Amino acid sequence: MSTLILAEHDNAHLNPATAKAVFAAAQWGGGIDILVAGHNCAAVAEAAAKLDGINKVLVLDDAAYQHGMAEPLSAVLVHLAPSYTYIAAAATSFGKNVMPRVAALLDVMQVSDITKVVNPTTFERPIYAGGAVQTIEAKSEKIVVTVRASAFDSQPEGGSPAPVEAISFDAPAPKARFVSRESAGGTGPDLATARVVVSGGRALGSKEQFDSLLTPLAEKLNAALGASRAAVDSGYAPNDWQVGQTGKVVAPDLYVAVGISGAIQHLAGMKNSKVIVAIDKDPEAPIFKVADYGLVADIFEAVPELTEKL
Amino acid sequence: MKILVPVKRVLDANVAVRVKPDGSGVELANLKMSMNPFDEIAVEEAVKLREAGTASEVIVVSIGPAQAADTLRSGLAMGADRAILVKTEDALEPLAIAKILKHIAGTEAPDLVIMGKQAIDDDCNQTAQMLSALLDWPQAMFASKVEVSGQSVTVTREIDGGLETLEMDLPAVISTDLRLNIPRYASLPNVMKAKKKPLEEIAAESLGISLAPQLHVVATNPPPERKPGAMVDSVDALVEKLKSEARVL
Ligand SMILES: Cc1cc2nc3c(=O)[nH]c(=O)nc-3n(C[C@H](O)[C@H](O)[C@H](O)COP(=O)(O)OP(=O)(O)OC[C@H]3O[C@@H](n4cnc5c(N)ncnc54)[C@H](O)[C@@H]3O)c2cc1C
Ligand SMILES: Nc1ncnc2c1ncn2[C@@H]1O[C@H](COP(=O)(O)O)[C@@H](O)[C@H]1O
Repeated sequence: MSTLILAEHDNAHLNPATAKAVFAAAQWGGGIDILVAGHNCAAVAEAAAKLDGINKVLVLDDAAYQHGMAEPLSAVLVHLAPSYTYIAAAATSFGKNVMPRVAALLDVMQVSDITKVVNPTTFERPIYAGGAVQTIEAKSEKIVVTVRASAFDSQPEGGSPAPVEAISFDAPAPKARFVSRESAGGTGPDLATARVVVSGGRALGSKEQFDSLLTPLAEKLNAALGASRAAVDSGYAPNDWQVGQTGKVVAPDLYVAVGISGAIQHLAGMKNSKVIVAIDKDPEAPIFKVADYGLVADIFEAVPELTEKL
Repeated sequence: MKILVPVKRVLDANVAVRVKPDGSGVELANLKMSMNPFDEIAVEEAVKLREAGTASEVIVVSIGPAQAADTLRSGLAMGADRAILVKTEDALEPLAIAKILKHIAGTEAPDLVIMGKQAIDDDCNQTAQMLSALLDWPQAMFASKVEVSGQSVTVTREIDGGLETLEMDLPAVISTDLRLNIPRYASLPNVMKAKKKPLEEIAAESLGISLAPQLHVVATNPPPERKPGAMVDSVDALVEKLKSEARVL
């Protein structure tokens, strides 16, 4: 009974979500290997090898895997699958893109986005935007899992690094070709892993006001910026800042919701934050039901004052 | 070019979810059901491609109970040409859905399958990827822009940290993200017209595909409650609480 974890990276850095997936795998137990498939990705393999409790890191260094495309990656994982019981990855946009293919090719269901390991074959996962929690038992011989990163700790680094083993695999010629990648920019901490998140909603009214009101507050708190769907749809914030059922799920130490009403789809992405602050002018806004500290106020007055007093 | 759009009938996004007291699932009886919002976006994209002359036919397909015919009629009212209902009373898992869709793709031979990235009931986000793998067609998931030219399609997709653009040979599978388009409301005349469009029914059991579930749902529970918070009456009070009580500053 052992696990293969698909590492997420940009060929230079291991994504912190991978250490969360490793932590979850350590809970269901058995040996853990990590696959680093990429191009010129030695530094990633080195970082992965440092995680505690890893048996070995497999490195597949080949231009075919440079862009993390789903087709070649799923082919490698299926090729390696006979040696493992579990194939897992973090439920990021990367993991969600690749892993269901692996499950289908192995003819098993994927257990998507788990938030808890109950026992080695039983997991909890939220459904209906977190309106309910399912306890799921996987009965198949192979178990394909994606792990909600915000629900688990990070696997710490261990004493001595695991061995790194180079492998090769000729993936079939891809029918999808990578054209380009555009980063949304932003210089602050990463939304998925930030200790503090400041999110803005429709109330911000424009991109200019979103930036001028929230950026200084985020800087004071060393926070990542997030947004509601309404703010993203209105163009106040980039797509990948969306927090919620269909965006990112975050669980920072402090989440500050500014002018966000608190629709269930938004709550799905932040209600497990340790401390939630909400500022909204409507005392009936549902966000106040999950807020540890609620302030009924006009954001255009309260936020500058808060920024100043911090 | 023919486009296949799988649509799922789900609890309407505006209905509050209630877990059944015996933990056997979520209350669905007599509640408003609708087309999965991401699938509306998929139908809209396909209909737009047909209106632009790029596509010649849009087929909506749903796997579900007899009432899923209503969901298909909404797709037809939005502009799809015909519909297929694969009838089953069982709630099938994404893998079984993907296998049925593979079968339909085999008989209909579409050039493009456009579907939702996620059903808002199970939140699985896996059927499109599975279908792509089973068909061995290329995939572009979480699309925010789709451009068809000749035998290829260029898709911009939403990923963590930005946007990625892929080019794929047809046939291919695309899943939709929220920003791809804003689905239209069907006009009353189009709703009337949709009643006359063809809707074919197939029994899921007749396809010879194993539909048995692989995952056992042990229980469905309400989410843990957050303990109620407190209201503060000023920014000063908020700063004070964050410092001395929550100790997060
Ligand atoms: C399929 C689907 C998926 C979805 N996924 C997501 C998701 O992932 N994430 C997400 O966030 N949403 C998602 N949504 C949308 C969600 O349902 C809500 O529409 C959205 O979260 C609302 O955003 P909002 O709170 O910014 O806007 P609103 O609900 O309009 O709230 C704005 C708030 O600002 C307050 N306000 C206005 N002016 C001021 C002022 N001057 N001072 C103080 N307060 C003010 C108002 O009182 C109100 O409470 C999804 C919806 C669907 C159907
Ligand atoms: N029963 C179904 N009938 C038709 N399409 C479905 C069905 N279930 C899922 N789909 C499609 O698969 C997508 C993703 O669903 P899921 O993987 O369950 O989150 C949906 O948005 C639909 O396009």
